Amino acid sequence: MLKIKNLHASIDDKEILKGINLEINPGEVHAIMGPNGSGKSTLSSVIAGKEEFDMTQGEIVFEGEELSELDPEERAHKGIFLSFQYPIEIPGVSVTNFMKAAINAHRKANGQEDMRANEMLKLIKEKSEMLEIDRKFLSRSLNEGFSGGEKKRNEIFQMAVLEPKLAILDETDSGLDIDALKVVAKGVNKLRTKDNAVLLITHYQRLLNYIQPDVVHVMVDGKIVKTGGKELALELEEKGYEWLKPEQV
Amino acid sequence: MELKDKLVSSFLAFEEEFGGENDDLHNIRNQAIQDFERIGFPAKKEEAWKYTSLNSVLKHDYSFFPKKDDSLEYRDIKDYLIDNIDTYDLVFVDGVYSSHLSQTTHDKIDVCLMSSALCKAPYKAVVDNYFNKIAPKTGLNALNTAFTREGAYIHIQKNKMADKPIQIINLSTGKESAMLLQPRNLIVVDENSHVQIIERHQSLTDRPVLTNSVTEIFAAKRAIVDYYKIQNDSTSASLIDNTFIEQQSESFCSVHTFSLGGKLTRNNLNFYQKGEHIDSTLKGVTLIEGKQHVDHNTLVHHIEPNCESHQDYKGIFDGNSTGVFNGSVVVEKEAQKTNAYQSNNNVLLTDKATINSKPQLEIFADDVKCSHGCTIGQLDEDALFYLRSRGIPKREAQGLMMYAFANNVLESVKIPELKKRINKLIAEKLGVEVGFSL
Ligand SMILES: Nc1ncnc2c1ncn2[C@@H]1O[C@H](COP(=O)(O)OP(=O)(O)O)[C@@H](O)[C@H]1O
Ligand SMILES: [Mg+2]
Repeated sequence: MLKIKNLHASIDDKEILKGINLEINPGEVHAIMGPNGSGKSTLSSVIAGKEEFDMTQGEIVFEGEELSELDPEERAHKGIFLSFQYPIEIPGVSVTNFMKAAINAHRKANGQEDMRANEMLKLIKEKSEMLEIDRKFLSRSLNEGFSGGEKKRNEIFQMAVLEPKLAILDETDSGLDIDALKVVAKGVNKLRTKDNAVLLITHYQRLLNYIQPDVVHVMVDGKIVKTGGKELALELEEKGYEWLKPEQV
Repeated sequence: MELKDKLVSSFLAFEEEFGGENDDLHNIRNQAIQDFERIGFPAKKEEAWKYTSLNSVLKHDYSFFPKKDDSLEYRDIKDYLIDNIDTYDLVFVDGVYSSHLSQTTHDKIDVCLMSSALCKAPYKAVVDNYFNKIAPKTGLNALNTAFTREGAYIHIQKNKMADKPIQIINLSTGKESAMLLQPRNLIVVDENSHVQIIERHQSLTDRPVLTNSVTEIFAAKRAIVDYYKIQNDSTSASLIDNTFIEQQSESFCSVHTFSLGGKLTRNNLNFYQKGEHIDSTLKGVTLIEGKQHVDHNTLVHHIEPNCESHQDYKGIFDGNSTGVFNGSVVVEKEAQKTNAYQSNNNVLLTDKATINSKPQLEIFADDVKCSHGCTIGQLDEDALFYLRSRGIPKREAQGLMMYAFANNVLESVKIPELKKRINKLIAEKLGVEVGFSL
């Protein structure tokens, strides 16, 4: 589904991703762990199409199509979703109006008519209930004044509504208490089918108790330095990242 | 002939025809035309007109003798009125009052015409007290005063509440090749009274129109005045709006100015605080494109202690449009414990659009809280990426963000139907769909 080959990316001439290789197949859940500043968020932004970053080498192929020329919205229409590590506050745009714009943009890209209002209400209601989001939230401005946990839950709510093929969750677990974590995990697990894939970026092993990964990667200084099964996460939890400095690998 | 000379030489004929019998008024007008002759139109060398040149609007051969036109029907003007709530309406067509399109009252409050107030005995005391008392002696004010003939006269007597909003609608039909309109409004709100007013200028054709409007507003003790200006005119229409507000103790006055279209728009808006515990609010949204120009020139004069003022102007400039914000706050030595806030935030959508933003604070008191901030920028890239990553195309994402940027100025609009309308106008201009809620 997603094939990343020798990906290099930089910002302001500073190289941040230094040759990433990654292959994710339909139905799989991959986790990427690694110390702060190693480039995990950069990788997710580059996959989602953030223009600030220059892709200097390599390729990102999603379902057979090279992505580098596509706008962020086109990537979204193809089924890529990024749950932001730091969701942006947008005062003045309500969650509902935002979701309406997003849903209809997806439909338009697929040659469909706008979704009917009652159908949309039903969809939004169903998904917000699944994620235990209070209705009052939906009329509030997007992320404005939301707590850290509320923002993350809102990201997963958007994911649940848009039903992407590939969901990239960038530290969606940080700042969540255990109950919220379970709700978020439920949302993610609901999305899991043999056709969808999830890329989890996390610091903690904790989330992986609820969403079992098939593959775990360790990223250090812009490179994936180790790849293993889910037991690798436990090992990292115990030993930290020190033993995995890139020059030793 | 230059417009100025033409105006001066027409004055006597105008006085003959419309001057009326009131000697005091004759004197005021005579003085005013002399002032105008001496001062003339503002020139670019004046600091307050540095970024706004009237040359392009003064060059037309304007007609300024209004003629009565009864041909307009309600359905022709419906779009320019808030028509689905109950209101008093004062509709002027080419500067002439249109009775069949209006709804006035003398029941407890006076919502009627300047022309009758200026010549009828029951209004004499109010006119003598308030007419032409706070408009500063500028060329434009003097010109308007010299040719004062028609406009809104609103008097809310003590302890009265205007039971519905009042709309003042100035239409121009384009029957004349070019038209100079000079509405003159007087609004007196007595103690403990309350009024909401919506004002709009609308040209119905592409013929050049220049409006030089003067409005004087007096808010007595504990009065509440909410004034909304809708400026969404055609690109051949220009407006110079001169609005002056004098407030007594514990009064609340707010003016919202929505500048969404027109060739050249200049808003001179002055607040004079003549008591304590006064609150003055000035808000504006400017959203223009093409070669349009909007200039906000504000003044809040804090004269007494313990008062507040809030200025919040937002601007979005597309195409080659240009904006000016010149916001003055003067805090006199006696005006201790003043809170004065001012902010002016702008988004430039192209590199051809410009904004000149200049706050001027003159503070002579020492125990005051004054803040001002001005930003000029593009849209936030991270926020744009966030919206686009959800599949919302770039243009629509930009529209949503601009909508969000401008929209919070609307929160303080107290007439829900008006808020809805403006909201819709802004959303349409930005090409976004809003108004969907659970
Ligand atoms: N917009 C940016 N401008 C400059 N440097 C950046 C930017 N974004 C990230 N970086 C740098 O890239 C490196 C990787 O950051 P990031 O991808 O956020 O790491 P992680 O998510 O693994 O903590 C860091 O050194 C960070 O300072
Ligand atoms: Mg990160």
